[in-house]
Amino acid sequence: MKVVVDMNKCQDHGQCVFASPDVFSMDDDGHLLYVADPDESLRDEVEEAADVCPLQAIRIEA
Amino acid sequence: MTGRVVVAGASMGGLRAAEQLRAAGWTGAITVVGDEPHMPYNRPPLSKEVLAGKASFDSLAFTPKAAAADVEWRLGTPVAAARLAERTLDLADGSTLAFDGLVVATGMRPRRLGCPGPTAGRHTVRTLADAQALRDALTRPGVRVVVIGAGFIGCEVAATAVGLGVREVTVVDPLPLPMVGPLGEAPARALLRRHEERGMRFALGTGVAGFEGAGGVEGEDRVTGVVLSDGRVLPADVVVESVGSVASTEWLDGNGLDLTDGVLTDEQLRVGGLPYVVAVGDVARFPNARYDGVPRRVEHWSIPTDTAKHAAKVLTAQLAGFEVCLPAFAPLPTFWSDQHDFRLQSFGAPALGKGDVRVLDGDPDGDVLFGYHRGGHLVGVVALGGQAAAMGAAKYRAQLLKQPALTA
Ligand SMILES: Cc1cc2nc3c(=O)[nH]c(=O)nc-3n(C[C@H](O)[C@H](O)[C@H](O)COP(=O)(O)OP(=O)(O)OC[C@H]3O[C@@H](n4cnc5c(N)ncnc54)[C@H](O)[C@@H]3O)c2cc1C
Repeated sequence: MKVVVDMNKCQDHGQCVFASPDVFSMDDDGHLLYVADPDESLRDEVEEAADVCPLQAIRIEA
Repeated sequence: MTGRVVVAGASMGGLRAAEQLRAAGWTGAITVVGDEPHMPYNRPPLSKEVLAGKASFDSLAFTPKAAAADVEWRLGTPVAAARLAERTLDLADGSTLAFDGLVVATGMRPRRLGCPGPTAGRHTVRTLADAQALRDALTRPGVRVVVIGAGFIGCEVAATAVGLGVREVTVVDPLPLPMVGPLGEAPARALLRRHEERGMRFALGTGVAGFEGAGGVEGEDRVTGVVLSDGRVLPADVVVESVGSVASTEWLDGNGLDLTDGVLTDEQLRVGGLPYVVAVGDVARFPNARYDGVPRRVEHWSIPTDTAKHAAKVLTAQLAGFEVCLPAFAPLPTFWSDQHDFRLQSFGAPALGKGDVRVLDGDPDGDVLFGYHRGGHLVGVVALGGQAAAMGAAKYRAQLLKQPALTA
């Protein structure tokens, strides 16, 4: 699974971090960090993260 | 599974319902009927990035999940009436649509002011077309804007207008402070101060008596001013009415449902005691087992997704003939609002704890975190400020989730 976040859209709401803490996190300044190629077993929570992004900035490819 | 689920309303709630029906195992047909001509799109940017010209309309469309690729979309087609006992819908194009299961997802539309005066120059913000028309109006040079209603949409639109360089932006509200209903007094005062510092004006504690216009008496004239109940007249070339919304439920009339404010559901989001009708999104008035069992509508962006997940499981189970053995629906409401350069971030149900608001962190002039309590329990947090404040609120989210259910 490949995760792509449109960093031009992202506004650091952090909703994805609640949905999928294994893949998304915030650095000390509150900016988003994420794992671009997470394990397939995390698909459900990554989909959830994509759903709850207020800017709809998260895409799951393949 | 055979049969057809029809989803009435093709916005976020309708899309998420269709996707979640597939996730819940519904393999029968799904038809989503919507009156807007567009595929579902994201509304929050309409009063923010889109109005500011920072995001294009094209960037708003949701990307439906692959599992929902076979959903049939009937757009530009309002549902005119429902005959729930017969399980049919009448569409405005004259056709009839039969269903086995129905999802009510018709959301809200803006309430309008009935005051006398011209209508040209008066705007609302709910749809793409609304936002486009308002952006065109706001970007004409030298316009004066009056926003009626200091709720979250009114505050966002006014803040965006200030950011666009509009020279006069005034917000009118009969209440003494912006967003005081959901936030309570101290947080609303902190909000007011921030807006005033950034050049927004307010006419608070007064309503609107009517509109002045120019150009003739034929009813074609354009608005030139807003007449306040206290007799003052605010000059205005553009008026935005953001005075709340009404639920789009007329199509459900005649089925014996409680439609007093949205469509009433039980704790499993079922409608009218019928096992084959559920409601999702802004239109659903549901009891939240996390709080007090009083049915309420919740106009937060998180709710279409939360309700769709739960309602799709309920409906799929019932259409398959199973008992529903899910816990009662108990979402944690989540809300944000971007205004000027700051964000308001809310978790839980602050309105239930307005009587006991404490500063949990920071100070009301800077980044601040307010805690709302009922019976001594934390029921909601609201952060106001930059990213640090929002992250502070997030820390309390887990605590709010863990809290045992409250009873009235
Ligand atoms: C300008 C704006 C800014 C917002 N900003 C925020 C924010 O910052 N944070 C936040 O938490 N929330 C925000 N929200 C709220 C959020 O967008 C809503 O909670 C969400 O859109 C609700 O989705 P819904 O699908 O339930 O209803 P709606 O989006 O109202 O969709 C209902 C759909 O049904 C259609 N319909 C109605 N009647 C019929 C009929 N008879 N037949 C067929 N179709 C029909 C409607 O045209 C519409 O397309 C904002 C809303 C707006 C309007």
